[in-house]
Amino acid sequence: MTAPAVSFRSAPRVAIEPGLLPWCVFMVLTALCLVLKTDFPWLVTFPKEWTLPLAPAINAVTDAVVTVVQPVFRALSAVLDAPMRGARTVLVWLPWPAVMLAVAALALKSSGVRLAVFALLALGYILLAGYWPQSMSTLSLVLLAVPISTMLGFGLGVLGHASPRLRPALLGTLDLMQTVPAFAYLIPLLLLFGFGPVVGLIASAIYATPPMVRNTMLGLGRVPSDIGEAGLMSGCTRRQQFWQVEVPTALPQILVGFNQTTMAALSMVIVAAIIGGFEDIGWEVLSSMRKAEFGQSILSGLVIALLAILIDRLTIGFAKPRPAGPTVAMIWMTGRRLVATLVLAVALAAAIRLLWPDDRLLPASGLRMQVGGVNQWLLGVVRDYAWLFDDIRNAVLYCLLLPLRIGISGAATPALWGFSLPPAAIAAYCALVLALAGLSTRGSGWRAGLAVLVTGLVLYTGFLGLPWPVFILGMALLALQVAGVRLGLFALAGFILILVNGLWPQLIQSLYLCTLAVLLCLLIGGALGVWAAYSDRVSRILKPVCDALQTMPQFVFLIPALMFFKVGEFTALIAIMLYAIVPPIRYVEHGLRHVRADVVEAVEQMGATPAQSLFQAKLPLALPVVMLGLNQTIMAALSMLAIAALVGTRDLGQAVYVALGKADAGMGLVAGLSIAFLAILADRLIQAAVSGRPAA
Amino acid sequence: MSDTRPIKLACRNVWKVYGRRPGYYFDSRGYVIDPDALAERLRAEAHLPAVVDATFEVATGEIFVIMGLSGSGKSTLVRCLSRLVEPSAGEILFDGKDLLKATGKELIELRRHAMGMVFQNFGLLPHLTILGNVAFPLKIQGKPVKEREARAREMIALVGLEGREGSYPHQLSGGQQQRVGIARSLAVGPELWFLDEPFSALDPLIRRQMQDEFLRLQRMLRKTIIFITHDMGEAFRLADRLAIMRAGKIVQIGRPAEIVLNPADDYVAQFTEDMPLLRVIKAGDLATPLAGASAPDQSVAADASLEELIPRLASGVGAFAVLDTGAGAPALLTASSVLAVLEREQKRRTRS
Repeated sequence: MTAPAVSFRSAPRVAIEPGLLPWCVFMVLTALCLVLKTDFPWLVTFPKEWTLPLAPAINAVTDAVVTVVQPVFRALSAVLDAPMRGARTVLVWLPWPAVMLAVAALALKSSGVRLAVFALLALGYILLAGYWPQSMSTLSLVLLAVPISTMLGFGLGVLGHASPRLRPALLGTLDLMQTVPAFAYLIPLLLLFGFGPVVGLIASAIYATPPMVRNTMLGLGRVPSDIGEAGLMSGCTRRQQFWQVEVPTALPQILVGFNQTTMAALSMVIVAAIIGGFEDIGWEVLSSMRKAEFGQSILSGLVIALLAILIDRLTIGFAKPRPAGPTVAMIWMTGRRLVATLVLAVALAAAIRLLWPDDRLLPASGLRMQVGGVNQWLLGVVRDYAWLFDDIRNAVLYCLLLPLRIGISGAATPALWGFSLPPAAIAAYCALVLALAGLSTRGSGWRAGLAVLVTGLVLYTGFLGLPWPVFILGMALLALQVAGVRLGLFALAGFILILVNGLWPQLIQSLYLCTLAVLLCLLIGGALGVWAAYSDRVSRILKPVCDALQTMPQFVFLIPALMFFKVGEFTALIAIMLYAIVPPIRYVEHGLRHVRADVVEAVEQMGATPAQSLFQAKLPLALPVVMLGLNQTIMAALSMLAIAALVGTRDLGQAVYVALGKADAGMGLVAGLSIAFLAILADRLIQAAVSGRPAA
Repeated sequence: MSDTRPIKLACRNVWKVYGRRPGYYFDSRGYVIDPDALAERLRAEAHLPAVVDATFEVATGEIFVIMGLSGSGKSTLVRCLSRLVEPSAGEILFDGKDLLKATGKELIELRRHAMGMVFQNFGLLPHLTILGNVAFPLKIQGKPVKEREARAREMIALVGLEGREGSYPHQLSGGQQQRVGIARSLAVGPELWFLDEPFSALDPLIRRQMQDEFLRLQRMLRKTIIFITHDMGEAFRLADRLAIMRAGKIVQIGRPAEIVLNPADDYVAQFTEDMPLLRVIKAGDLATPLAGASAPDQSVAADASLEELIPRLASGVGAFAVLDTGAGAPALLTASSVLAVLEREQKRRTRS
């Protein structure tokens, strides 16, 4: 206590926090790289000669393996082909009145009159639009993929629940299955099974299994201990305990898994149309999009959307009982009446087929035959307002996309922005960034200052101009400090692997596209979420929109984006944002609405203005929930990358897509795994940041 | 009074230890273990002794209450008795047979026919109706539908829930749900009835009603009961005998009156400080044999509390004949022994 006051005061200034030290080294290194980058261009563009031939090596191995095991898989393919053709034949054979009757009965049982009416309208639209046979083809694939995924997922979920030792491996596999874009494993599947719809079926089954596994594990893990013990004390044998106590108690959660699995299967079946050869609804959308027939692509896209919503509501109705209790119609539709109606539907089908054996009973020329005019009109609209869409596109392109991609230093040239930056302006920019960094360090700690500094740097050089050693080191350091040594090493290894595979430019393109999309989604979606949290009316309007956006297969989002903005990066950005904007809206609203009321009351009682209570109490309290939303947004954006490649990008998604075209299994897998790596890294980083303590 | 009844369940030196290798500490047969020293050592070596050397006996038809604060190991102990939790060491004798040696099959048979259990959070199956829940243990045994439903209806009537057979658990109030839990645990007609904090999740008013209901049922059914609670009032109200647990160890076993009159240590004394002596102590607790003298004219029941006697004492009665003590002949209760308790209560009040 008697220590001289001088040293006491100066001590905090001299001491550097242990966490800050590596970043100082990092900044020095960055400066060094930036200075040297004109002399040593390999600092920015990784030289081709240095890449390792990992993809060809994978190809060599795959080829060797495939030639050995191919007969087995081809046989399996033949085995699966029969039920698939069977299901398809049956569904196409069923006359539409019978299908409508059966679906309406199911809808009535599931959630009442409103859904039944919606089902009739949706099916009626599909019929009138002239997409009935195609829809039935799609449905037949879904009908086969769902039982496979459900049983497989349930089995794996039970295994994961019963054996804690297996669980980490299982969860890791699930992460990969959900984050590797399906196009990437379509290639080896194609090699193994040969062309044809079976590949689509298997890809769907793979993609749709994880939600079932996760929900089964979740449900079984959440059986209250009292219920488990009550079962044991009743004298249950192991089997009785499992089937009569645990599974029924976990059933609502398992059914939620079934719903998600069904939706995933539908989404994948439609995407799998890219490999073609099967007359289904995904193929209709794709081919009309390629032919720039917007009328048809909107009509068929609407079919997909309606199918998705219908299947979602049907299955969720069975999974989650209505909070207000069953409606009159649901009570009326007892199990016995449902079975009777279904039998009636089959009888009706048989009768119709007996009476009119050859007639397909479809409207002779569907709506889509008469949309030539609509096509013309839509094209006209797009042409008439081209200046508007072009202006929007160019504004975003020049003000947001380019500076992020090639940086202010790259964009500020006479060719792009019409002027170049004098050295004085660059110096001023540097001074501004430094000043801002200093201010935020004083205001909210060195981490904020560092963030400002890095943002300034990225804005100046652009994502593409960033030297790769700096980038890799920075990410590894971040992972190390946020989530511990293991994630740091994981980040380091992952990025180096991508680098030596020669996918660095694609990686940077992906990162910059996703970063921008996520930031814009957070801004726009977050603002909408705040609005919805304060206004019940906005919430009521946004809810069905969000529901619809979330049930929609990813494919559908390409249609409007492509129609208005043509092929290009901006179109991809719009498509990604359409898909990824729902989580911020949802989570921000939910987080704000469920902030602890007593805290808010305390803050308001102190005399906080509404803005103060929002920014200083509610948002910080809702932060964990908002971060969950951020996580979901990133996952959605990354998963959309592969789909968005269809409208022309230069990122990892495109690498996967190109590999698919060339049947290059190695490159496809490496690029697909790179996307999965980004997703898993982002997920772990955010989880660690939310839980707030580094995992050892 | 409990001496005359046969022992139903005996628990001898039962331990439950959580940790890396609890078995290591109990393989030295033949040595006399000093429980406190071993518990101390276990804690020092990163193990958690949840139940420390529990020894007690429960007589047929008795209500044996195990009381302690949360974390004192009482729930673990009752789970050891039903082998929902496997004890680390000790013996549990059920009708003289060691439960811990029962095979899986024997255990299932015992649970199906001889044991019933009621849980704090009811443990009702959400997908079954009330009727289905109560009939569930019988369904597990493979009883035909008609028989098990008839029995379940009988049980539902017993707990006063007629007319709710078709409802689902989430449609009932907490008290009603616990009635279903009680009906279910009684459906197989068990000899041994475990109740693990059955009324702790209920509102105080409902809790009181359920206690009365419980006592009414016990007067009819005469089960052997192990009742777990952290509520002292409930424990003293319901218990024939009670055990007080602290940090895994049973610190005192006795009848409620014994415990309030002679607490084993400061902890128990402090714990029971607020229990009104006059209400806890019954006439039978203070009665002495007549030893040849003729019985007084005034008589009281053995289970009448001293509080009920005060007005009669005030009217000048000097002694009572205590009836139904279980020993057959009436016993003697003098006014002076009642007044001694009254004086003691007075002292406790003024001290605190």
